[in-house]
Amino acid sequence: MTSTSADGPIVSLVDATKDYALGSTVVHALRGATLEVPRGAFMSIVGPSGSGKTTLLNLIGCVDRPTSGRVTVDGRDTSKLRERELTRLRLHTIGFIFQSFNLVHVLDVFRNVELPLLLQGQLGARARRERTLALLDRVGLSDHIKHRPSELSGGQRQRVAIARALVTRPKLVLADEPTANLDSATGESILDLMKDLNRDDHTTFIFSTHDARVMAHASSRVYIEDGRVASIEESADGSPAVAAGRMPAPVTPSADPG
Amino acid sequence: MGTAWDTFLIVAQIAFRNLFASRAKTLVISGIVLFGAFLVVFGTSMLDSVDAAMKRSIVGSVSGDIQVYSSESDDELDVMGGFDIEGADLEPIERFEDLRGLLLDVPNVREVVPMGISGAVVPSGNTIDMVLADLRDIVKRRHASEPGLLEAYQARKGHVRRIVRILRAELANVSDLLEVQAADAEDAAESLARADSSAFWDGFDADPLAGLEFLENNVAPVATDADMLGLRYLGTDPAAFARAFDRFEIVDGEMIPPGKPGFLFAKFQYERQIKMKTARNLDEIKRIREMRDARIAEDDELKRLVRENQAQVKEILLQLSDREAEHFQELLVGLLDGQDGDLPSLLRAFFNTTDDDFAKRYAFFYEKLAPSLNLYRVPVGSKLTIKAFTRGGYVRSVNVPVYGTFTFKGLENSPQVGALNLIDLVSFRDLYGYLTASRKQEIAAIRAEVDVQDVTRDGVEAALFGAAPPPPPPPSPASPPSDEASDRPSGGPTDLDAALSVLSGVRQAAEQPRTYDPEDLQRGIVLNAAVLLEDPSRLAETRQRIEAAAKERGMPLKAVSWQEASGLTGQFVTLMRLILVAAVLIIFVVAMVIISNSLVMATLERVQEIGTLRALGAQRSFVLAMLMVESVLVGLVFGLLGALLGAGVIGVLGVTGWPAFNDVMTFFFSGRRLYPTLGGVHVALALTIVLIVSVLSCLYPAWIALRVSPRQAMQSEE
Repeated sequence: MTSTSADGPIVSLVDATKDYALGSTVVHALRGATLEVPRGAFMSIVGPSGSGKTTLLNLIGCVDRPTSGRVTVDGRDTSKLRERELTRLRLHTIGFIFQSFNLVHVLDVFRNVELPLLLQGQLGARARRERTLALLDRVGLSDHIKHRPSELSGGQRQRVAIARALVTRPKLVLADEPTANLDSATGESILDLMKDLNRDDHTTFIFSTHDARVMAHASSRVYIEDGRVASIEESADGSPAVAAGRMPAPVTPSADPG
Repeated sequence: MGTAWDTFLIVAQIAFRNLFASRAKTLVISGIVLFGAFLVVFGTSMLDSVDAAMKRSIVGSVSGDIQVYSSESDDELDVMGGFDIEGADLEPIERFEDLRGLLLDVPNVREVVPMGISGAVVPSGNTIDMVLADLRDIVKRRHASEPGLLEAYQARKGHVRRIVRILRAELANVSDLLEVQAADAEDAAESLARADSSAFWDGFDADPLAGLEFLENNVAPVATDADMLGLRYLGTDPAAFARAFDRFEIVDGEMIPPGKPGFLFAKFQYERQIKMKTARNLDEIKRIREMRDARIAEDDELKRLVRENQAQVKEILLQLSDREAEHFQELLVGLLDGQDGDLPSLLRAFFNTTDDDFAKRYAFFYEKLAPSLNLYRVPVGSKLTIKAFTRGGYVRSVNVPVYGTFTFKGLENSPQVGALNLIDLVSFRDLYGYLTASRKQEIAAIRAEVDVQDVTRDGVEAALFGAAPPPPPPPSPASPPSDEASDRPSGGPTDLDAALSVLSGVRQAAEQPRTYDPEDLQRGIVLNAAVLLEDPSRLAETRQRIEAAAKERGMPLKAVSWQEASGLTGQFVTLMRLILVAAVLIIFVVAMVIISNSLVMATLERVQEIGTLRALGAQRSFVLAMLMVESVLVGLVFGLLGALLGAGVIGVLGVTGWPAFNDVMTFFFSGRRLYPTLGGVHVALALTIVLIVSVLSCLYPAWIALRVSPRQAMQSEE
């Protein structure tokens, strides 16, 4: 992809706000968040309901653009992108894991995982198959490729979702409360899997949660309150995490991704 | 590329699974689509086949490919006849040979047939009139020493006396029942009493002409068994007509010989209106029994016909001479073994037929009784007196020999063409009474000379016979004088008209010549003409050329296609097509609403799925394709099934034929059965319509789907 921005942070937000019109009133979901996510981070976003957590994820995930401020993903300013380009950015750069898995229930496991590759339309059938099978093997579902999502347990479904998120080898994986619908043991194993993938492939993971045990796994925790980044907490293991609020490190003006 | 195909497969797979997931809805939609496609294929195939069949019927019977007539006409031409018996008011074209020459110069014109359509109300033959005419004929020849003449004379006399007796008995009956005391009833009773008296018949031989006069004037009008008959006739060149319309065929008698005035009855009308009513009813009973497999015991229509026949024996009684009556009595007693009574009650018993004996009695009627009866009021070989109002508004009558009956192959039972009789064009012109411009001038001059204001018959005659060369003898119409008088609205002007018509060379009935110069056919007026083409597919082009050629020569001519020339009948298919289009439109609008609605529901149920796909990076076009494929898949699969079903049904009907369920339909089917043919166009049309409907019904759900934001993938909470 864009090699020009390979050294900058994968995501940076500068004073990003987001307002929603709700009837006649305006909801200020995000009131100026500033955040920099280095490549290879395993970051959790923590906050109560209504804190702006999901809005922040939406901005990072390029499914939404900020009302003001700047959001840069892999070196590209999302507010300057048109809808089509934003969609392309999601397709090639970001993998999504949803709280309720969001698998296409009429397709089997294999087809669900393969789907993003088909949307990309770059790989041939064989390459797609190899990559899909490899990932399914990685998440431990080699024996279930012909199953429909409805025939799988919650944990298995989330593994399928993870495989789907990773099949395009994205630089960034966003997970919205990935363990909320799972029992704690299963949640644990899902988190372990994500962590393994983060370590092995150096893929950046950002996930939201309000489960204390889940946050414990993160190398850095970003606390959101009232639409602002309240604090950033680094883990003891010293994984890189940078909070723009304290460090005046200038946001690298990313090169134009022409 | 392979990937595009794979993507399509995924899309199709999603679409297919979605369809399968909501089976009930899919079933309803497919049912509607299937029926719609079936209807399009079946309906349009049938209509096109009817269109083609009707074209064969109309083109092959009366109209030809193109009809031409004067563009100065008040009405539009309608060869099938509107509701008016006299037909459309067309401006005559003065010289047919000019028209013919013009038309034959136009390329692609094969044949031109001169025509004129008009009609008249004609009193159909009355038995006593026929017998009296016979008797008068014998009386005229009484001095010739023909063998058997005396016997014939006696037999006719006996017959007349019998009729008088029957009429007298009937009148007495009616008077008793209704206590009719009207003056004319008394007069009738008096006349009948006199005609029934021995004194009258004893004196008859001495002065048969005076006796006949009395019978004709005083007795015949009492017999009211004559119907008024509406006759539509087409004046044409019979030979050219038969040549041009190859479906034309003579059924009874012979073709009108060239150069002779003559009349041909349409077999359909001849059988259903000219034939004796009892015989007609027997035919009808037979037809209904065979066609509908009905039984007299159960069918109301058949019961009615049987009852009617029992009430109509008088028509037979009047026809019988004493000897024949005796013969009938013997025959019937033999058949109805043991039953006794007078002839009327025997006849009534005979006609009181049941399912068991119908076939036997039908055969008996035609084999034993019919030979002694005049089955038709106007028999082939007799003369028909047609009285019609001319364009001038006065009554003209023409006596034409009836040469036979004709029909058009395959249209034997069609009332549409079955009501148009043929007459030679020269007699037609006489009835039509058209005055050419030069004659009009001549007459105007005479009118001026005679002083039209207070003209009397003497005055006219003086004027005419004084100034003009000796005219032909004054008219002595063949029809009864009483009729003549009643038909004339007022004395003076009508007499003038009559006298003028003598002058203008239009012949009156009595002097109708036995032949005419065939050149006359070509020279005189026509109202319209049928044009037959070498290549009917170039109709529109030829039509334009005809009008252009006419314009060039200054002839006010209008050329119309067979369809326009046949009025409402020609519009039938257009009307049916409109109905079909409306039906198809309604079905597909309903289909569209239902399909659209179910797709909207499906879209709303799948908001999260669509949002997920969008979040994963699916463009809007992908989502659109997903919906399209889903709806088009159903449309095409079931549209194709429906179309194939329609094609199959048409294919089967093409072999077995679709029966005409009544006589009117035989015209539209151009025969007893319609053998529809299938065109690829019909299937293509059905699929195109289905496809358009599928795409259109996607529009609203697509609009909803395209507004689904990828954010909605995550909106299961918060």
